[in-house]
Amino acid sequence: MKIAVCIKRVPEMDVRFKIAPSGTNVDETGLKWDMSDFDGYAVEAALQITEKLGSGEVVVVSLGPDAAQETLRKALSMGATRAIHLKADPIPFDNFAIAKALAAELQGGGHDLILFGKLSIDSSNGAVGPMTAELLNLPCVAAASKLEVANGKGTARRELEGAAELLEFPLPAVVTIDEGVARPRYPSLKGIMAAKKKPLEVKPAQLGDVRMTVTTMALPPERPPGRILGEGVAAVPELVRLLQTEAKVL
Amino acid sequence: MANNVLAFAESRGADLRKVAYEAVTAARALADAAGGEVHVVVAGPPGIAEKAASLGAYGADVVTVVEHAAFADYNPEGVASLVADRARSGGYRAISLVASAQGKDLAPRVAAKVGVPLASDLTTVQLTGDKVVGTHPVNTGKVIATVALTANPAVVSMRPGAVTAAEKPRNARVENAAPVGDPAASRVKVTQTIAGNTAKLDLGDAPIIVSGGRGLKAAENFKLVEDLAAAFGNAAVGATRAVTDDGWRPHSDQIGQTGRQVSPNLYVAVGISGAIQHLAGMRTSKTIVAINKDPEAPIFKVADYGIVGDVLEIVPALTAAVKAAKGH
Repeated sequence: MKIAVCIKRVPEMDVRFKIAPSGTNVDETGLKWDMSDFDGYAVEAALQITEKLGSGEVVVVSLGPDAAQETLRKALSMGATRAIHLKADPIPFDNFAIAKALAAELQGGGHDLILFGKLSIDSSNGAVGPMTAELLNLPCVAAASKLEVANGKGTARRELEGAAELLEFPLPAVVTIDEGVARPRYPSLKGIMAAKKKPLEVKPAQLGDVRMTVTTMALPPERPPGRILGEGVAAVPELVRLLQTEAKVL
Repeated sequence: MANNVLAFAESRGADLRKVAYEAVTAARALADAAGGEVHVVVAGPPGIAEKAASLGAYGADVVTVVEHAAFADYNPEGVASLVADRARSGGYRAISLVASAQGKDLAPRVAAKVGVPLASDLTTVQLTGDKVVGTHPVNTGKVIATVALTANPAVVSMRPGAVTAAEKPRNARVENAAPVGDPAASRVKVTQTIAGNTAKLDLGDAPIIVSGGRGLKAAENFKLVEDLAAAFGNAAVGATRAVTDDGWRPHSDQIGQTGRQVSPNLYVAVGISGAIQHLAGMRTSKTIVAINKDPEAPIFKVADYGIVGDVLEIVPALTAAVKAAKGH
């Protein structure tokens, strides 16, 4: 089983973002970076599949600036076999351009499965995975919350609004991973040491035309400061009154 | 110059979904700006055509209905081929879809088949000069990006609920068409659609959400959250990740960075401290109420109204007061 996992380096989200002077990006000063959450689930899912089979290869691919190699090393330290860095600095906002670059790299690679996180936690488009599938003419399931593969076939579950669907597809295929499939492991010290010696190949990303750009970034309006109405059951009548008269939701 | 706009009207089973009208409303606004028509594609099982005429009320000029037994469940490849074929043949200025669960699968496929980027999960969209411009929350909603598409057609998917379906009646011409290729030959097959509790409002549709966290202390105390939701009548129940991880509630109920992102009119946070990951999923709610024992809990920083104290005492009292206020 040969699995490719496409991953992205993103800022950690537990900060108050500032807008860069350019007005088209966040100020990256002081930000900490890590693998996008759902990409972590995808790496873990790939590792669990190959571990269960007792054989296989997990190739991690990341498109981005040089620092993307830190994210690739993290995936290697979790247990991925080798890594490919597609150099692009900055990463364009055009998801089709990114999908083309990834498809060009993955084409003919003989992967049984190509995994993505269901979306990157920063740009939040969720488009690159299914687009790459289309470009490679592979079956695709977007946002799988469960995934199993066996005997050249995959089964998945996808959560819908107030419902869910079960899907079946032949391999090779592209699947984007939602939470619920696998909780990512922490790299062990041994894994971190081993990752330093694993192959990491660097190539330029074949992006082509960029036809979608961010023209401005802005912070959403601040919420007005909240008020604590009081303590305990005694505050309930005042809350109900405000919900009726001020918020008008009751 | 292409001025027409194509919309995809989402269905489930033999019914159009609410988001179908939102996609058509967004398309109507773009077409009005461009001076063109709105064409709509509907794919569903035999019988869906009866529902299609209703799209005229929301501004559809032409509705193309494709009925096929293989469209009874979502058919990713069949529907993507159909919409992409329409998109290519019609010479459209823009294609309007919705970033629903199905749309998140469909829209990128359609864009890639047409060979253009997708402006995904937009909260607003407009035609500005030769560009389609939209706003899109990034970084878990902490930053709003304005995104410009120079590609033609401009493919967009709107965040469910971001567009209010608005009536703009047209005498829609409804026509039937054949599928593109054989939908039954789709490599990806939905083998089963598991209906949720149909009486239960979806988190994305509910005007009120009552959500519970670890402060409830035990799974069985979620009954208090359900009772409060029932008292409001039009409310759904959500949960924090800590609670879904512990198996108190299903993962599909999780609100937050890696769960659902919601913005109801009223969000009631019960026993939720307000971790940054949870706030990412609900901070855009119109009114936020927090009930928590810790007055320093971060949830009180975003809550319009807070009550400090024991949720196990306060929530039943609130439930009774809401019932009284609603006159039952």
